[in-house]
Parts: sequence; C-alpha cells; structure tokens
Amino acid sequence: MNRVLTTLLVALAALCLPGLAAAQSDTVKVGAVLSVTGPASFLGEPEKNTVQMMVDQVNAAGGLLGKKLEVVILDDETDVNKAVLGAQRLIRMDKVVAVMGPTTSGNTLAIMQNVAAAEVPLVSFSAAEKIVNPVNPWIFKNPQSDRHAVARILEHAKGRGYKKIAILTVSDGYGQAGREVLKELVPAGGFELIADEVYGPKDTDMTAQLTKIKAAAPDAIVCWGTNPGPAVVAKNRVQLGMATPLYMSHGVASKKFIELAGEAAEGVMLPAGKLIVASQLPDSDPQKKVLLDYTKQYTEKFNQPVSTFGGHGWDGVMLLAKAVQMGNSAEPKDIRDNLEKIKDFVGIGGVFSFSPTDHNGLDATAFVMIEVAGADWKIMTK
Amino acid sequence: MFAAAAQYLVSGLTVGATYGLTGLGFTMIFNTTGIINFAQGEFVMLGGMMSVFFRTWLGIDLFSAILLAVAVTALVGAAMERLTIRPIQGSSPINLVIATIGVSILIRGAAMLLWGKDTFSLPPFGKAAPIAIFGAAVQPQSLWALAITLALLTALKLFFTASIHGKAMLACACNRKAASLMGISVARMSLFSFALSAFTGAVGGAILAPITMTSYDVGMMLGLKGFAACILGGLGNPFGAAVGGLLIGIMESFGAGYVSSAYKDAFAFVVLLLLLFVRPSGLFGKAGVERV
Repeated sequence: MNRVLTTLLVALAALCLPGLAAAQSDTVKVGAVLSVTGPASFLGEPEKNTVQMMVDQVNAAGGLLGKKLEVVILDDETDVNKAVLGAQRLIRMDKVVAVMGPTTSGNTLAIMQNVAAAEVPLVSFSAAEKIVNPVNPWIFKNPQSDRHAVARILEHAKGRGYKKIAILTVSDGYGQAGREVLKELVPAGGFELIADEVYGPKDTDMTAQLTKIKAAAPDAIVCWGTNPGPAVVAKNRVQLGMATPLYMSHGVASKKFIELAGEAAEGVMLPAGKLIVASQLPDSDPQKKVLLDYTKQYTEKFNQPVSTFGGHGWDGVMLLAKAVQMGNSAEPKDIRDNLEKIKDFVGIGGVFSFSPTDHNGLDATAFVMIEVAGADWKIMTK
Repeated sequence: MFAAAAQYLVSGLTVGATYGLTGLGFTMIFNTTGIINFAQGEFVMLGGMMSVFFRTWLGIDLFSAILLAVAVTALVGAAMERLTIRPIQGSSPINLVIATIGVSILIRGAAMLLWGKDTFSLPPFGKAAPIAIFGAAVQPQSLWALAITLALLTALKLFFTASIHGKAMLACACNRKAASLMGISVARMSLFSFALSAFTGAVGGAILAPITMTSYDVGMMLGLKGFAACILGGLGNPFGAAVGGLLIGIMESFGAGYVSSAYKDAFAFVVLLLLLFVRPSGLFGKAGVERV
C-alpha cells in the first residue's frame, strides 16, 4: 500500500514539474506540432531532428535572455485531430510562448484559428498560400510558396524566349494548387497557355497526355507533381522522342526523382531551394555558409542526407530565437511584433524579410533554377 | 492525327496488359473455388517489389531476381490459401471474399513496413531504343509485356483444356461434391489455384515494373482495374479477362487523349457500367452463369 502511494506521489510530482518550471520561468518554452509518424513522416522526421538540434545549439551558445530554450515536440501522426489536440495542449498545459509547425498544410489550416485566438504566434512549416494570404497577425510560415516557384520558372522561360507553354499537373492537392497558380501567372507573364492536361497520382503512363501536348507544339512543358508521376512524365517524353524542354516543380527536388527517371531525367529543369546545391553556390551567396554548416552538422549527427523540410525546422527555431533577442522579451505578443520586423535574415529556405503584409518573408530569389546533368543537380547559369 | 491515334492505342495496350494479367489471376481462383480474391492486386505488387529488392539486396542479376520473386509470391499465394481460406472453407463465399480483403490489407501493410513508402524502378529487360510503328513510339518493354501476357494466356488455355490437372480444377468449380466423388482432391486444387494465380500476378508485376514503376500500394488500383477487366470480359473466362483488360486500357488512353485526361479513370468505368446494363454476363461470359 505504501509503495503504491509513493508511486502515485512521484507520478503527481512529475506531472507538476513542468508547471513548476514554467512558474519559475527559468526557461523560454516553445512548442512544435510535427508529423513525426504517419504518411508525412518523411517531412516531419527531419523537421523534428533539426528543431531539437537547433535548440541544443542555441542553449550551447548561452540560451536566450540568459535562460534556457526549451522545446516541447508533439507528434500529430499526420492526423488533423491530433494536431488540433496537440496545439491545445501546448497552449493550455505547457503554456508555450510560440508554436512551430504543423508539417502539413491541412493541419496548419486546422489549428491556426485556435492558436491565433490564444494570441500565441505560429510559425508553420507547411507551404499552402492560404496560411498567410490573407495575413493573420499571429500566423507566419517559412516554406517557399508555389507562386515563387512558378515565377522563377516563367522568368527562366522568358529568358529563353519561350512563348507557348503547356502544363501537365497531378490531380491531388499539390498539383491542383500549382495548376491554379500556373493558370493565373502563365497568361499574366505574357505567355500563351496552349494545353492544360491532368493525370492521376497513381497513374503509370502519361503518353496519352503527352501525345496531346505534342500535337499542340508548345515551346516548353511545365509538369507539377511529386514522385513518382513526374518521373513517368520524364520517361514518356523521351520515349515519344519529344525534344520540348521540360520544367518540373520543386516537389521533385530530391535524388529519388533522378533515381526513378534514370537517363530520362537528363536536362529536366526545376526551381529548388538552395540547400541541395549548396556546394555549387558562388561564395558571394549569403546563404552558402549557413547551408553548408547545416548540411555538415545534420549529416554528422543523424547520418542521413539533409532535406529542404529539415531546413524549415532550422528556420523556425532561429527565427523565433531572433525575435526573442530583438525584443529582449519572451512574451508571445513581443515575439509576434518582432517576427514581423525581421529583415534580411539568412536562413535555409531563403533570406527572410517579413512585414505586416508579408508573413512568408521570401520571394522568387529563394529558388535557384537547376537542371539534371550527369545524374546530379546542377545550377543553371542561363 | 493518325500518329496520335496509334500512340493512344499503344499506350492503351501497354497499360491494358497490366489489367489483363491481374484479371487472369482473378479468373483462375474464381474458376476453381468460386470466390473473388481481392488480394490479387497485392500479388502483382509483390512480384514487382520483390524483384526490385532481391536485385538490390542480394546483388543478383535481373532475371534471377524475377524468378525468385515469382517463386516466393507463388508460395505466399499458397500460404494464404492454407492459413486463411482453408480454415473457413465451409463459410459462405461472401465470408471468404472478405477474408481475402483482410489478407490484402495485411500484405500491403507488411510491404510498407518492410520496404517503406517510396517508389522503386526496375531496369528494362533489353537496352533498346523505342521503336516507331505507324508514327507511334513503342517501348521494347511494352512488347515484352504483351508477348509474355500472350504466352501466359496460351499456356493457361492449354493447361485448362488439355491437362488433367487443369480439367480437375475446372471440375472443382462446376461442382465441388461431384469433383471430390470423382477422386479429385478439392483442397489441393484450391491450394494450387492460389499458387498459380499468385504466380501469374507476380509475373505481371515483374514485367511491368520497368514501365510503370512500383511501390507498396500499387496493388489496390490494379486489383480494382483487374476486377473490372474480368467483369468486362465475362467472369470465369481467362481469354475474356485478358481482352477486357486490354479494352479498358485502350478506353482510358483514348478517353484521356480525345476527351479529357482529368476523367481518365471515370471513362473506363462508365463504359463498363453501360455494357453491364446491356450484357450483364460481360462480353464473353456465358449468359445465365451462376454468380456469387
């Protein structure tokens, strides 16, 4: 009986401890809701690893305002309900001063009203434009937007003198968001949109769509999707003997694409965050050092290649740390105000400059145009 | 214009061969046991995924990897019959069908845990450039797929009509009791049909992996389309299943080319539904066949 009582008391004490710590306030406590498991785990896991690694680094460098930075990471299992519950727990029980994540756009959209209502700033790691447009004072996001990627592609196409553009998009959320932006920006950029084809996420043959596009004779094709569809498109294009230049989205900017498409990937062009080509950047690029340092630290610590997604974790922690230092305060309201004032912050996703009307802080320069050459990525100069 | 039509036809035939091969597997089990095996698509997935993994893990050549993958998948088929179908043998067909759905979920989950959620590719069988036929580009691998489908179909036809084992399997489907009274081991034939259909599915998965690529979840859609192919061709007719598969492939391809690529999947299913209103037994099915 005695033992049971002791156990209960210890458990109770353990439960109270976080509360006590918060009351004494000798730490700056932030929270993160990430999809560490579930379908989006390939995004959430590097994010979690990076967030933890960066928090440790901040503490090793003396912490924030003389206090330790503490992070509570919750796994939403790529489930909307768990994300909502997680965000509530962070705000009510852990009393965090800022929330990072969630990993997926759907989860971010589901929790953002609650977080904003609690007057806690949220730095999302998901890409959807709806998160920051229209601007909610409490909501920020650090991944680049589709709009920036499309702008970068069209800028490149204009430089090459292309006029007629065909688009081929996947019929899932990612592809259709891209399709909307393409349908808006292609005509607005002075191009002619001559074909608008769609394929299913599980389709294994796109020759029918490409044959139709071939008949329309475009100057370039823009394909919007994530693996494996774009690899099939690249293969089918070679198979049909089409020499039309092919642009892909940043959704295939991983080695997996080259592996799947094989030789058919050669010459495919796409906009990508600078992380995957960091070593090729000119020394004058402000991001080069940050990117190389992160790559080195991450690969040494986790023995895995870096990914753009992990980069969102880096940006999230460092932007919050910067905002706390700028305002010399860890109050949620002050963090929010100072996040908005951050200018020319060199991160992994790009160089961030926020404003009251721009809560993404990035523009098209966050992307570089790269092409596949010799089964590797290569920055294009022209 | 003509070149485009030829290209749609070639694309349709290639994709259709996938559906046809999956459909063949459905037919074989249906013919022997009278049930629809919804884990058929998973056999196709296993054929492709195991070829990829035997090749990279064991470092063996493509041909041996495929042989090994096909053999292992046939064993999986046999094990499935022994462990899940045999113990509930006496139940109504609907219970057996539901058991196969359970097995398909189990296999898919196991494949996901074992090999992850990525997509994998297999190199083509020969290193040849696409061949131009009537202005359409044909991948040599498509010809391989069509040729192997045709060869399998012929072999199965011979097996069911000319060999004593094949006839015994057909007899089990017609009347289990009568077959067993004639000295046919119904249990063994049922086991054999699962192994054989797993074998067919795995061959399909392996020859198509270079064209379509493969991942742990390709079985679901393939199973659905393969089932549609069976229904279109007339359930129980191996020839009908193969032709049904090719037809669905061609309809999808022409639909995507001439109507809209957004409604590609819907197109084939709408045609299937319309056909079933007119001819409920399918294109080559015998009218009034007993159904489950």
